[in-house]
Amino acid sequence: MSPTATESPSSADQLASRKHTPIERVQHILHRNPALSPLLVLVLAVIVFGIVADNFLRPEALSLMVQQMAVVGALAVGQTLIILTAGVDLSIGMAMVLASLVMAKLNADQGVPGFIALLIGIVVAILTGLLNGILVTRINLPPFIVTLGTFSIFTAISLLYAQGQTVTLDPDAFLLVTGKTISIGSVSVTWGVLLMLLLYLVVGFALSYTAWGRHLYATGDDAEASDLAGIDTKRVRLSAYVVAGIAVGIAAWIVCGRVGGADPNAGLNYNLLSITAVVIGGTSLFGGRGLVVGTLIGALIVQVFQSGLALAGVDPNYQVLATGILVILAVSVDQWIRRVKA
Amino acid sequence: MTQTVDERPTPTTAPALEVREGRKSFGAVHALRGVDITVRAGEVTALVGDNGAGKSTMIKCIAGIFPFDSGKVLVNGAPASIHGPGQASAAGIEVVYQDLALCDNLDIVHNMFLGREMKKGLRLNETAMETKAADVLASLSVRTVRSIRQQVASLSGGQRQTVAIARAVLWNSKIVILDEPTAALGVAQTEQVLQLVRRLADAGLAVLLISHNMNDVFEVADSINVLYLGQTAAQVRTSDSTRAEVIELITSGAPSTGEAVQPRRDRPATSTTTNGSRPE
Ligand SMILES: Nc1ncnc2c1ncn2[C@@H]1O[C@H](COP(=O)(O)OP(=O)(O)O)[C@@H](O)[C@H]1O
Ligand SMILES: [Mg+2]
Repeated sequence: MSPTATESPSSADQLASRKHTPIERVQHILHRNPALSPLLVLVLAVIVFGIVADNFLRPEALSLMVQQMAVVGALAVGQTLIILTAGVDLSIGMAMVLASLVMAKLNADQGVPGFIALLIGIVVAILTGLLNGILVTRINLPPFIVTLGTFSIFTAISLLYAQGQTVTLDPDAFLLVTGKTISIGSVSVTWGVLLMLLLYLVVGFALSYTAWGRHLYATGDDAEASDLAGIDTKRVRLSAYVVAGIAVGIAAWIVCGRVGGADPNAGLNYNLLSITAVVIGGTSLFGGRGLVVGTLIGALIVQVFQSGLALAGVDPNYQVLATGILVILAVSVDQWIRRVKA
Repeated sequence: MTQTVDERPTPTTAPALEVREGRKSFGAVHALRGVDITVRAGEVTALVGDNGAGKSTMIKCIAGIFPFDSGKVLVNGAPASIHGPGQASAAGIEVVYQDLALCDNLDIVHNMFLGREMKKGLRLNETAMETKAADVLASLSVRTVRSIRQQVASLSGGQRQTVAIARAVLWNSKIVILDEPTAALGVAQTEQVLQLVRRLADAGLAVLLISHNMNDVFEVADSINVLYLGQTAAQVRTSDSTRAEVIELITSGAPSTGEAVQPRRDRPATSTTTNGSRPE
């Protein structure tokens, strides 16, 4: 990363011979490490809120924050995959609501065993991803429009299916296991949090160490070049939506544990928060650049701001305001980083 | 003197690549109206022609990005049907496209192996790919890149071209096609890329070099194929031609004698010379 001024400029196009201003160097470092700026923001936010709000740094408060971000965190994994392909999923929160309703209602109303209900719910979630993916890749519609449409469709189906009612599960139901906590000292995490972290590990591994991940990044950066390299880019993009569907299914299970059942009216917030987490996490909306670990940090930042402002006694409307400002800042920083010069 | 067809002294083996009567239309646009080319192993064959003559279209047809509507493609004398980059690669054909087709967000190794990664179980075999990439770059005497783990976004035009060419020879390819590799380069980088192109041919590859720069063409090419408004005007030996003759072919589609190019339907007859003054 440091300039090698000592190296002899033996060739006409030696990269090393070019001088960079300090600002260009920062731009370069951020360009190479997309998760770095979100990490700085997170550390800074934790320090500031730790000073402003006395309760903020207590282990109980911190572990509650992590539990609260688990749903958005899991959804944002799927959102990251889609945004990496230069798409976006505006329906992801409603798809999760639909899947969680299927799980909860099959279990509570039809008496389907919890594990089977879970699997059927995950299949429904995968089907929502498949639908989006087919519309985007086979019929060549813009992801924004497709998922705006399926957002309404999933909302309507959810409300019709649940007849507007929340579904409450038996407290001992298998589906609620994601809300059960395990304590390590004064830190307590739910199974849902562990499940979310597992999702990050698996998808993070796939993105960084498999050919599929490599093709996803390539497709998101330059679909035409990837096609010429022999990559089936339509299939790669479709796979992003399908894998996102799996993440949606897991998020649906986690949300069951958090609310003790399923709520047909919970989706809109999750849609926007998942996109917010991805964007704040340093993933470029133009595709091809970003990491799931950045998204995890992004989801944490969103939660830290919400909880921090709440603990500091600030009007909840300011929390929403803060999230909005963060998103615009993150996109601006991304634009600036993308203008990096060789 | 100008000949319409490449007459090597000893054409005992079939050419590595041959196209006969290739045609391609995009709707009403007849981009290729009968193209013929012969590319031999160990030689650089230049494909020249004005902007819009159909050079890029022709190589995309050869590579199977979109196939010819009609006509024949022969690889080592045998008819080949190539539909898609995968089949082109399988036939030993690699293309370095005009717009380079590199992914800026990936490093050099990743780009060289894009779409054909080496794996160890589920995982990518990064060490093996890195070693092989380094070997190929070394075998091409490429010393201009500092680290093969550099992102392509940070490379200069010449370096990007080098990476794209290295990717093309990574796969034991027999035929390498380069679309305007020096178009965007400065003098020093152009020289480096041309030397690299020459080394490929000297190593026994059949190289098809697209260019509209006469200096480049006369510096490295053994044979020159001229395309004029989607038709092959002539293919000549560089040693038998002057720049003026080639430029005349490019601009008028006819040799400088003012004689018209043989009509396509007379093609078998074009295997004799147009002006009969060829030394026997
Ligand atoms: N995909 C396409 N659709 C329609 N017309 C095309 C397409 N590709 C090339 N053409 C047309 O074919 C002709 C030849 O273009 P091209 O092969 O790019 O020329 P060159 O590479 O020699 O400059 C041009 O008139 C161009 O407009
Ligand atoms: Mg061209």
